[in-house]
Amino acid sequence: MKLIYADNAATTRVSKTALDAMLPYFSEEYGNPSSLYTLGQKAAEAMANARKIVAECIGAEEREIYFTSGGSEADNQAIVTAALLGKRKGKMHLISTTFEHHAVLHTLQRLEKEGFEVTYLDVHKDGVVRLEDVEKAIRPDTALVTIMYANNEIGTIQPIREIGALCRSKGILFHTDAVQAIGHIPVNVKDDNIDMLSLSAHKFHGPKGTGVLYCKRGIMLTNIIEGGAQERGKRGGTENVPGIVGTAAALKESCDHMEENAIRTIALRDRLAAGLSKIPHSVINGSMEHHVPGTLNMCFEGIEGESLLLLLDAKHIAASSGSACTSGSLDPSHVLLAIGLPHEVAHGSLRLSITEENTEEEIDYIIKSVTEVVEYLRSMSPVWDELEKGTIKHVI
Amino acid sequence: MLYSEKVMDHFQHPRNVGKMDDADGIGEVGNAVCGDIMRVYIKVKDNIITDAKFITFGCGSAIATSSMATEMIKGRSVDEALELSNKAVVEALDGLPTHKIHCSVLAEEAVKAAVKDYYDKNGIAYDKELFKDCENCEDCDACGNK
Ligand SMILES: Cc1ncc(COP(=O)(O)O)c(C=O)c1O
Ligand code: FES
Repeated sequence: MKLIYADNAATTRVSKTALDAMLPYFSEEYGNPSSLYTLGQKAAEAMANARKIVAECIGAEEREIYFTSGGSEADNQAIVTAALLGKRKGKMHLISTTFEHHAVLHTLQRLEKEGFEVTYLDVHKDGVVRLEDVEKAIRPDTALVTIMYANNEIGTIQPIREIGALCRSKGILFHTDAVQAIGHIPVNVKDDNIDMLSLSAHKFHGPKGTGVLYCKRGIMLTNIIEGGAQERGKRGGTENVPGIVGTAAALKESCDHMEENAIRTIALRDRLAAGLSKIPHSVINGSMEHHVPGTLNMCFEGIEGESLLLLLDAKHIAASSGSACTSGSLDPSHVLLAIGLPHEVAHGSLRLSITEENTEEEIDYIIKSVTEVVEYLRSMSPVWDELEKGTIKHVI
Repeated sequence: MLYSEKVMDHFQHPRNVGKMDDADGIGEVGNAVCGDIMRVYIKVKDNIITDAKFITFGCGSAIATSSMATEMIKGRSVDEALELSNKAVVEALDGLPTHKIHCSVLAEEAVKAAVKDYYDKNGIAYDKELFKDCENCEDCDACGNK
């Protein structure tokens, strides 16, 4: 049986367009873009063209685009840059949220050890940060606000444009991790008042290990990787030319078809949500009103996520979970805890992230399979037994 | 792959799964940290465990170790069941990833708890030392008691 891939928030299949664009740069046009001879200059041209495409897709200028090794590196560099710029002016306060990606959270934690103070804003039950909360958190010594565009586990979209405008009015740098948004919903760094933005190619059918940091003109970047003069001296290392070309091709394709893809994906996701909501004692996590098209996160009471995933895998469905048992750390996902789910409920979480490439038949098969597996796991769950007997109370 | 073939077999086709209405001993244990819960039922005749069943809320290896542990105590004497160690269960399953060893501790404890329940219900005297809260505290960091 064919695999049904429903984990596109983790990574996506490289599209044919992206792959075809990349292939010549492995063994034909393999020159180093820094080399002066024609072969090298062809690679440099390909990169310049890619930079132009990426800039156009997000409303930036070419010289504001820095290619990196992915979303994580871009997050690291943006945050460290803003922190060091702040420090010079005695501004040692940073604002973020409790449900950022670890690339952001762990960078902030490192800065805390170095003397910075970080306010982590609540994301409320619906997984959306409030503009008022950002405003209240801002202090005279705030150097940076970093808030993700869309959350990777529950898919909720944040009021980025409003937060950007607020930061701009206060003269505070604003960074957003837009890894889960780019290619899926319209993002424009000018309209959205964004100073720095991270994106990652493998979340929109581009290759893994390539990403972009957009950094507004006039902001002096701090290097994470020292080296040669690549990326205007701000990111050392011979460029990943095939990856960069693939990033641009995938991004252009996603942006060109964004609206039609979103309409199709949302219809599929709503069908999935409606079907799975029929499972008793289940809940959808995060507001569906402010939501990326493809991601659906649900909890099913009385079951544990790793068992659910393994049994779905046996049915050829690839999905993910925020359960403690899948994390390796014995703690359920910090995102699910951040939206106020109790540990035992977060345990039974399932994230399905689909694209326009999925079909209605696949969605119906997922609904049928998840329903069966949840029923089976509940039939052998002491927790479900007690919930049914009433010795412990249902939470959802 | 995360798990051995044996683990996957016992996870996908668990032996002895289900509740037992006329059990002679029932043991339920939970892992305070990861939140998983295991319940083991035993049927005892002439000091021999004639049947064992389980229900488990937990990961793949929690289900697989429950399955294997109940297999290993069936047909054994109650005292032999008490000697079942999590290491023996792990070995029988051809190993577990390091961060999943605590799941097998849960299985050992569930079996012990079921035997203790059987002793208590039948007024059989036993050495309390046998049932310290957690036998393997020294070489297990599952619960953070260390
Ligand atoms: C929100 C978010 N930020 C950052 C990253 C990291 O991106 P990358 O895998 O390219 O380092 C991811 C994906 O894993 C993500 O979902
Ligand atoms: S029982 Fe939770 S990780 Fe195995």
